[in-house]
Amino acid sequence: MVVWTDQERACIQDIFSKLNYEDAGPKALQRALIVYPWTQRYFASFGNLYNAEAIMSNPKVAAHGIVVLHGLDRAMKNMDDIKNTYAELSVLHSEKLHVDPDNFRLLADCLTIVIAATMGSSFTADVQAAWQKFLAVVVSALRRQYH
Amino acid sequence: MSLSANDKATVKAFWAKISPKADDIGNEALSRMLYVYPQTKTYFSHWSDLSPNSAPVRKHGKKIIAGIGLAVEKIDDLFAGLLTLSELHAFQLRVDPANFRILSHNILVVLAMLFPDDFTPEAHLAMDKFLARLALALSDKYR
Repeated sequence: MVVWTDQERACIQDIFSKLNYEDAGPKALQRALIVYPWTQRYFASFGNLYNAEAIMSNPKVAAHGIVVLHGLDRAMKNMDDIKNTYAELSVLHSEKLHVDPDNFRLLADCLTIVIAATMGSSFTADVQAAWQKFLAVVVSALRRQYH
Repeated sequence: MSLSANDKATVKAFWAKISPKADDIGNEALSRMLYVYPQTKTYFSHWSDLSPNSAPVRKHGKKIIAGIGLAVEKIDDLFAGLLTLSELHAFQLRVDPANFRILSHNILVVLAMLFPDDFTPEAHLAMDKFLARLALALSDKYR
């Protein structure tokens, strides 16, 4: 069972309340596809991912980035049971999408960097710790149904 | 994942932009590493104060970032350029190399915070590759 302190809960709620999903989602996914290009293997149907400019102007990438962030929103709204909230998503990523779970960590790291860039100095060490704990729980829940 | 000529040029250009804040970057990255990844504190049990921005942390952050600056200068031959530092880490400090990745991550987070406009995806890619290569050179003499 994950134990959240009041301070951690407040931190996570605060980050999400200030986040522009339509901006952060696309930016995080674009970064993952650019910085870790092997992740492009899962997006063959997205069209032109040939270079950074193409990735950053690709509408399918942007749309999917927003989908991912709304998925994280669900985890934030169910912080005390992310494991079960994500059970179906985990099965989907494993059985249907066949995503190597290591990629979750890569996307999580890119999202952390996008948020750090947006929040600047208010992304203190405390906030970073709470945020990374949240993402670690999310990633762990997503990995659970892999057999 | 070796560094292309473009990667090296990007790293050098980005480093030139950020080096005025080098000491701050070193301090912030080290402070965060110790705070967010408490297992890393085990290497510094001899310090009086491990809290973010403390005097020992600031001093050591400076040392680390100076090492990275050296690596930028030696970017064309990291393994030769970092030989002495590698021997230090291998035989005296014996830091588990997994921690290099942790510190690298925190450096990238701090770069994003302090230089949100300059730390583009392309700069991020080049710096991530460079730091990974640096870590490899640093662990070269381990065994």
